[in-house]
Amino acid sequence: MPAINQQSEPVIEIRELVTYYGERKILDGINLTVESGEIMVVMGGSGSGKSTLLRHLLSLNRPAAGNIRLFGQEVNKLSSRALHQMRQRIGVSFQGGALFNSLNVEENVAFPLREHTRLDDNTIRIMARMKLEVVNLAGFEKLMPSQLSGGMIKRAALARAIVMDPKLLFFDEPSAGLDPVVSADLDELILRLRDAMGVTIVVVTHELESAFRIADRITVLDKGKILITGTTQEVKESDNPRVQNLLNRRTEDIPVNADEYLQRLTDDLAGL
Amino acid sequence: MTRPAHFIAHTGRISLAAIEEMGYQFTLFAESLYWLIAGPFVSQPVRLSAVADEMMKIGVLAVPVVVLLSFSNGVMMAIQGIATLQEFDAESQVVPGIAYSVTREFGVLIAAIVVAGRSGSAIAARIGSMQMSQEIDALRVMGIEPVRHLVAPILLAMLLMMPVLTLLADSAALIGGGLYTGIVLKLSLSTFIDRCFDTLAVYDLMQGLVKSLVFGVLIALIACSNGFSVTGGSEGLGRATTRSVVLSIAAIVVADMIFTYFLNR
Repeated sequence: MPAINQQSEPVIEIRELVTYYGERKILDGINLTVESGEIMVVMGGSGSGKSTLLRHLLSLNRPAAGNIRLFGQEVNKLSSRALHQMRQRIGVSFQGGALFNSLNVEENVAFPLREHTRLDDNTIRIMARMKLEVVNLAGFEKLMPSQLSGGMIKRAALARAIVMDPKLLFFDEPSAGLDPVVSADLDELILRLRDAMGVTIVVVTHELESAFRIADRITVLDKGKILITGTTQEVKESDNPRVQNLLNRRTEDIPVNADEYLQRLTDDLAGL
Repeated sequence: MTRPAHFIAHTGRISLAAIEEMGYQFTLFAESLYWLIAGPFVSQPVRLSAVADEMMKIGVLAVPVVVLLSFSNGVMMAIQGIATLQEFDAESQVVPGIAYSVTREFGVLIAAIVVAGRSGSAIAARIGSMQMSQEIDALRVMGIEPVRHLVAPILLAMLLMMPVLTLLADSAALIGGGLYTGIVLKLSLSTFIDRCFDTLAVYDLMQGLVKSLVFGVLIALIACSNGFSVTGGSEGLGRATTRSVVLSIAAIVVADMIFTYFLNR
């Protein structure tokens, strides 16, 4: 485990985050701190709220209650200009890559530079190619996203995410849809990036193997609440049955209440 | 709930959704204007290359269809006009009839309907598929406002190209009408054109041009808002594209009626 600078303030601080989707509570009192330079993996099954948590960390959604601090600044109180500046220090690799389909690989990677800097064309292209080298995509500059394989899309998206040299990097399901070998490659790449760039990384995933391979710390989400946050060892040794269910891929037994069951079956029928 | 109550609740929900959508479209409009005007001062300008690209797609590529439809429409108006006016022995009055209705009404209407059909669907589909593949989210987290990057160029291109297409449609329709009238009434095309210019005032042309700006804004906003609100996979994308075309054509015709009423009082 690399040295984590405990003196510096945490990169991410989430306090009592509560969110709703319509009437349904998705996140319920989330507290989480991510220190500078660490790899935090947010794990949970589908419907656990992990994607929603990521959207909040990216300021794509606004919370109903609670707050999120990135780099010590509360994101909901930022002016649009300050948010604009903060976003240049954050890189995101989306689940499906989210490459711009109308641009080729090199243009995709160069896109943030073109929008945010006044560098000349040649410098931008060299910088884009440097990042493509980092993710082992040299020689594929001119391909369009539709011509890439799943693993190449993820790597191109990663190159685009790091092109502005961010201090904070998010991955949404990095191994989703990839075969085990390609997925392991990508994990390796994530670890190398952290060591080379000293970037703080948050990975949202449901893949156990990948999670334990890359994580410094893991936080397990279930039904909108955090079950446990700790080192990989602490999570493995947790005696929380729900955590163990998730780690051992056991299905959960949902207790059946006879009255509620009948109620659900006959709901809405009374008025018709 | 009883049935009438159900019906009222349903109507209420639909009305609320419609008002919400119009509100959203107005925000898109206001934000686009903001970026077009203030963008350069906060070093986030609307890219001219994007505007040129949209002008090509919305305007230039629509020229053949607009010309063909307007020309045919001009011929049809001449046929109907002459047939009707013959009953009063006033065939020669067909020229002002065509000239007025084309410049005030049909030129702009045909241009707008062609653009709504071509670009309304294309814009909704493009933004919708970007929404589905998280490209819109990707823009946002990169600190690039989707409205500035996608909507503002479309809006500006519409404002620039709709009047041009309208003038083109006007000319094509007048030439179509003139050729047919020339053959039937033995009137040369130049005489027809001369008489058109005698009849028409700048005000008549302006009516069409002012409306073309309004229609362009309506198409851009309806197409973009439908694109941004795509949910539910490819079925949702198809629905948004269809909705975009149907709503923009409906909005154009209704807005046309309202405008014509006020402009001709």
